[in-house]
Amino acid sequence: MTARPFSRRHLLAGAGALSLGLLPSGRARAAGALTVGFIYVGPKDDYGYNQAHAQAAKALKGMPGLEITEEERVPETNAVEKTMESMINLDGATLLFPTSFGYYSPYLLAQAKKNPKIQFRHCGGLWTDKDPKNAGSYFGYIAQGQYLNGIVAAHASKSKKLGFVGAKPIPQVLNNINAFLLGAQSVDPSITCQVIFTGEWSLAVKEAEAANALIDGGADVVTCHVDSPKVVVETASRRGAFVCGYHVDQSPLAPQKYLTGAEWNWLPIYKDFIAVMQAGRVPQNFVRGGLADGYVKMSPYGPGVSEAARKNADAVKAEMMTGGYAIIKGPLKDNTGKEILAAGQAYPEKAPELESTNYLVAGVKGSV
Amino acid sequence: MVAQAAPSELSAAPARPSTGLQVRAWLARRAEAVAIPVAAAVTGFVLFGVFLAAMGKSPVQLVEIVWRGGFGSAFALGNSLQRAAPLLFAALCVALPARLGLVVIGGEGAIVLGGLAAAAAAQPLAAMPVPLAIPLMALAAALVGAVWIGAVGWLQAYRGVNATISSLLLSYIAIAVANHLIEGPLRDPTSLNKPSTLPVGEAFMLGPMPGIGVHWGLGCGVIACLAAYLLMDRTTLGFAARIAGGNVRAAQIQGLPVGRLIVGFTALGGAFAALAGFFEVVAVQGTANGTLAAGYGYTGILVAFLARQNPIAIVPVAFLLGGIEASGGLIQRRMQLPDATVLVLEGLLFLVVLMSETLYGRFKLFNPHLWAAKSRATERETARGSTPAGPA
Amino acid sequence: MSEDLGLWSVLIAVIGGAIRVSTPFLFVSLGETITERSGRINLGLEGTLVFGAMSAYGTAVLTNSPWAGVAVAALAGAAFGLLHGFVCRLPRVNDVAVGIALMLFGSGLAFFLGKPFIQPSAPPLPAIPFGFWSSLPQVQAALQVNVLFLAGAALSVFLWWAFRNTKAGLIVRVVGDSADAARAMGYDVDRVRLYATATGGALAGIGGAYLSLYYPGSWNEGVSSGQGLMAVALVIFARWNPLACFGAALLFGGAGALGPALQSVGVSQGYYLFYAAPYVLTLALLIATASPDRALAGAPGELSLSK
Repeated sequence: MTARPFSRRHLLAGAGALSLGLLPSGRARAAGALTVGFIYVGPKDDYGYNQAHAQAAKALKGMPGLEITEEERVPETNAVEKTMESMINLDGATLLFPTSFGYYSPYLLAQAKKNPKIQFRHCGGLWTDKDPKNAGSYFGYIAQGQYLNGIVAAHASKSKKLGFVGAKPIPQVLNNINAFLLGAQSVDPSITCQVIFTGEWSLAVKEAEAANALIDGGADVVTCHVDSPKVVVETASRRGAFVCGYHVDQSPLAPQKYLTGAEWNWLPIYKDFIAVMQAGRVPQNFVRGGLADGYVKMSPYGPGVSEAARKNADAVKAEMMTGGYAIIKGPLKDNTGKEILAAGQAYPEKAPELESTNYLVAGVKGSV
Repeated sequence: MVAQAAPSELSAAPARPSTGLQVRAWLARRAEAVAIPVAAAVTGFVLFGVFLAAMGKSPVQLVEIVWRGGFGSAFALGNSLQRAAPLLFAALCVALPARLGLVVIGGEGAIVLGGLAAAAAAQPLAAMPVPLAIPLMALAAALVGAVWIGAVGWLQAYRGVNATISSLLLSYIAIAVANHLIEGPLRDPTSLNKPSTLPVGEAFMLGPMPGIGVHWGLGCGVIACLAAYLLMDRTTLGFAARIAGGNVRAAQIQGLPVGRLIVGFTALGGAFAALAGFFEVVAVQGTANGTLAAGYGYTGILVAFLARQNPIAIVPVAFLLGGIEASGGLIQRRMQLPDATVLVLEGLLFLVVLMSETLYGRFKLFNPHLWAAKSRATERETARGSTPAGPA
Repeated sequence: MSEDLGLWSVLIAVIGGAIRVSTPFLFVSLGETITERSGRINLGLEGTLVFGAMSAYGTAVLTNSPWAGVAVAALAGAAFGLLHGFVCRLPRVNDVAVGIALMLFGSGLAFFLGKPFIQPSAPPLPAIPFGFWSSLPQVQAALQVNVLFLAGAALSVFLWWAFRNTKAGLIVRVVGDSADAARAMGYDVDRVRLYATATGGALAGIGGAYLSLYYPGSWNEGVSSGQGLMAVALVIFARWNPLACFGAALLFGGAGALGPALQSVGVSQGYYLFYAAPYVLTLALLIATASPDRALAGAPGELSLSK
């Protein structure tokens, strides 16, 4: 990981501006308090992606010397630029977390250039050396969680068919689908996974129809990658299928049928960033990690998880915790028969190739 | 509240008034057109204040926040104007067909397709000089929008398919087609997690308007509204459209080409909506992607109705709506209210302004017909000033 | 657990989808039929549907009774209908525009008040397993029929009968066909329309309750995504005939299930276009059945929509 500390002079100038109160401020803040802005694309309580961030923000709220300002349902248009500017100008925010993928370009980049003293950290892994130094990215390898989901799913499946409800065939979703199936195939190579794309990040009826279609097609364990997995989890469990969760812990929605789930764990990342800022330094530009770094975690096992499944998943998890785990490794073919990796090659967890996945591995029924 | 009393069919035969009276009558009518909507908007805000108070929040704070977030500073004004820009075009897509009695609610589809057309046109035009290429991109967008919404007019005029419903369906279809193209044939293979078309390129991007820091969509939108006003109120074409909107049969008897008027004005509205998409691509995003469907088309419906389908009035109304939306963030952050607060406010304003339609011509202060009238006190003007798509 | 049914599974999925997805369309279109038969159009039923979904879910969470939720949704829907009917009584107020305003207002209010109910789980409405005769889980699932679907089917038959054979049905039709004739017969046109719109709203509210309490069975802000508006479109090509509304709702629900079902059997290219199939279908049917010269057959004469 590459940290890019600011020059000392920059830093002093920034600190001076803060302490002199030059930054316009809309409300009374504790002297020297750090104000952090969170921006969400959907509702804060969606049982999914936005909630995962909002939960972390909520947990931060009690911390001393810290002010949290939040805005939900900010579209990925130039409206988000105005939200960032407003948080900077009116709330005095000096650290911003615009959490949706589509906020980065061109909006966050424009604001980062315009406000060189403000730190922007974007969820998604898009920052490169060419981008402003006061911007940055953080992201978690949640595909590792989907791999573990797959292992547990394989043990629970009787039909040897899994189902996946995806929003759009973009690399992050494809990585999750691939990992889910590869995890399952590590238990039983004959397992297949049907994928259905809904085309939208949040579309309740279509998600329910997709879950039903998967189960009609014989799938008996279902997971998903949409903004809010609530509908998929509830629909699939009502049909009697097992479910693996995503984004946050959905076990209260289906206590009997919920096996486990791949969850984000943003709180440690946010705490790190904030601690660095409060110490008067500049946080890292590029942060990403998986289970080993604590950025991703698993839901507790549900009652449908067998002892064998537990042992199997725990063993792989222990291996992942040592770092550098490779889910995509050769020999591997995609589902059109094309070779992705030859024997001996691998994309370990931090491989940049994983950011441009455009294939579904052999055994996935569906196309990108 | 006043209910009852269907409008009288009798038309008053006013005595030739003196010039002084004419001026007063003219003034009174203009004053009415301002006073009633303003009073309605204020009423809407008051009702919303009552709602907030019932929720245990302070209405006074809301007014203060809407002022600060939408209007009270250079930043706030820029924020509101930026949000108003696409609404100007989107509202014209409702207001122009409305003069002919059509309620078109599918502008969103034209916006999305217009943006996509502009982005797609940028590739073959890449070698061209910028001053030529950008208007051509705008033209590509406008053509696609004109065909899309023009089809709505055509279906209404020649096939009898209701424009409200067909425009809605076409809007859903447009968004699906655009998504298909953006994530399929037109996708930039390097746009990984945010599927987009190829970028139009730095050279083809429009900078902000000098002085106010808002993109050129605002300036062009205001010009479009002025042009639409002149077309509707100062040309025979606009006059013909209004006759056709008032009474199709009368227009046909006078030999007006009602069908072609309908197709022409819907197509023009569609072209304007598509320009909103064009500016979204060349002035904001640089590519066409899924966020082109950001709901401007639907907010545009609200703007057009609040402006009573008057293209000039669209300008201040879009600014007001832009301001309300701009303050939405502060409403969340300062008052701990949900994002839907703005929707409730907009819905209330919309309802109250629609209800105020019934007040036109009822006040003696504003209605010259009531000034001289002693025995004709019950008569009122009927045709003037009502929305075109009137109830049966 | 289940065998591979190949293309048959698409058919089963479409039938199952028609039964699962059609109910909200059915209730909204029946409600809109009553309203439009009286000579008014209420485009605001989308807002009513969303508010019905929220209020039903909230009530079910608080009382633990889904039927209480249905009742509250119907009442709330009737209230929105009364508001529409009341506003449209005012001279020169456009009913289409009021509908759009109510769509915005209803959804806004539902989102505003519904925040606390996104997280909790509510007890769902019961369903009857009509697929017991089959050993195929797909068929059993497809024929899991909700009580509200049956109620809607019965209601469409009843309304079809009632429009022809009851005094109330006749009054609504007279008012919708000619206000002058209705006045001459001594009926209060505005009042009839007010009641018709309120009834339509109540039915739309029940449709919303189905969304949140049965399928997809949860409350969130994307629960409807335009179904209320589409149902209004269905009324036109159902020609204001309640029986045809039932058919149109089934067709539309089945078409919506086509996209996911096709993907599940391997037709995975161009799913956006498959998802647009119901809209293309509706538009094609509208164009095919519309007539350029005269008002639509079966259209209420007073309806602004069909003029």
